[in-house]
Amino acid sequence: MRKYSLWVLTWVLIVLVLLMPPAVVVAEALKTGLAPALASLSDPDGLAAIWLTLEVTAVSVLANTIFGVLAAWVLTKYRFPGRSALLVLVELPLSISPVVSGLVWLLLFGVQGWWGPALEQAGIHIAFAVPGIMLATIFVTLPYVVRTLVPLMEQQGRDAEEAAMLAGAGFWNILWRVTLPGARVALFSGILLTTARAMGEFGAVSVVSGHIPGMTETMPLHIESLYNGYQTVAAFSMAALLAGMAMMAVLLRSAPEWLARWREKQA
Amino acid sequence: MKQAVLSFLRGGGSALPGYRLALGVTLLWTGFFIVLPLCALIIRPWQDGVGAMVAATHDTRMFAALWTSFSSAFLAAVLNVPLGLLLAWALVRGDLPGRKIADALIDLPLALPTAVSGITLATLYGPQGWLGAPLAKLGLVLAYSRTGIVLALMFVGLPFVVRTVEPVLKNLPRDMEEAAVLLGARPWQVVTRVVIAPLLPALVTGFGLAFARGVGEYGSVIFIAGNQPFKSEIAPLLIVVRLQEFDYAGATAIALILLLTSLLALVLVSLVRRRLSVWGEQR
Repeated sequence: MRKYSLWVLTWVLIVLVLLMPPAVVVAEALKTGLAPALASLSDPDGLAAIWLTLEVTAVSVLANTIFGVLAAWVLTKYRFPGRSALLVLVELPLSISPVVSGLVWLLLFGVQGWWGPALEQAGIHIAFAVPGIMLATIFVTLPYVVRTLVPLMEQQGRDAEEAAMLAGAGFWNILWRVTLPGARVALFSGILLTTARAMGEFGAVSVVSGHIPGMTETMPLHIESLYNGYQTVAAFSMAALLAGMAMMAVLLRSAPEWLARWREKQA
Repeated sequence: MKQAVLSFLRGGGSALPGYRLALGVTLLWTGFFIVLPLCALIIRPWQDGVGAMVAATHDTRMFAALWTSFSSAFLAAVLNVPLGLLLAWALVRGDLPGRKIADALIDLPLALPTAVSGITLATLYGPQGWLGAPLAKLGLVLAYSRTGIVLALMFVGLPFVVRTVEPVLKNLPRDMEEAAVLLGARPWQVVTRVVIAPLLPALVTGFGLAFARGVGEYGSVIFIAGNQPFKSEIAPLLIVVRLQEFDYAGATAIALILLLTSLLALVLVSLVRRRLSVWGEQR
């Protein structure tokens, strides 16, 4: 009896707190039917926002993957003074408010920033332009690849790498053929987490973007403009698309597991 | 000192190739993307003179916003502890039907982009929302107030509590509870002394993570908050307002306080956790 009341209580809580929000997104997007929802997505400003989000996400993921692999290599295969400090530094963006993560780039490149005015004169626009959005997104997503790789590569130890070295392999060969194949699943998971976070980043990007529709508005910023402009259907359609993309990235992390299970069944 | 520098340059004696290249890239990247922005954050507020900084911190609107952020994040984290414990318990011990689906749904607040959570929660709890409308009839107004802020922060922080408690609960031997019952413990004694006590460090960690996240949260809160100065304005929003007024000193002062508090909260949590787990081991 007690068990049943626990089940009911848990599921009521899950439905009210966790299941209702995504249901609201879908219901609000489709309130006037599927056609208006799809039409609102193909509005020029909407398309520009989708495109910019894809661009920023691609750049951030690529940059942080290269950095993440090299940083994880240094942090796990060597023991040097300052190693733990470096580890703390890399994880720092996780505990910084998104708004502050955007603000720091204005302090460097904004109108009243340290180098903003000089760069502006040279014709290089960073704040309130796409490069600023990219900097803020890279900052926010910097820890994810490192964080997923470090525990796994730590566990691997370095025996295999040392054996490869004695057999005459160079750095890139060892990294590419010895270390990364064993860390493939973790790397995949880290890249997908970075992707999901990069697409959805709002606070940091909002501070540096300048909100120019069609120019510096990513999908989350465009959702805000639409919502504040009482274009509810358009806002929630864009929200449904963005949430779908982000959740797909998060769910895909289990794909290697599914694949392994499927292969097992085939064999 | 010299030895440390040499060891740093040589990778602590490991002969694996690639150390300098990988270290160089890592240092350059963290230097540009983390150290440099942090330096700007720490140095910039003092640049207009100490007087300007002191003036910037003598701002009642700022104190009100910080208080709103801290108290809401604290309340949301406190409320999340029993809820998170219940969910973790149901997932690990409750033989919950549909456990896999429930398990996947727990991470939803983390996967949902904050702007999406923001407009969704504002709609759901708003005066015409699925939950807001019936509750408004009962006289409970949730959206556009402090209550709304707390609700949004609870949504965002819940996974942190569940996910820190879950693994510890999994490792807790089930027969301990049975043994306690056999030894004559009453149900509440089993709960407080056998179940909660070993989970305390995890609960504190979950609380701390949820609080630290809540203090700085922006996207999921601003749509439901109402954003009235002195009443329902959170500190991150005031930073944005100050930036729009080109008041960099004011914005940076708030940012610095926010950053230091969330770091302090995380350090405190790790200290408390260490204390509690020593206590737990001695018993």
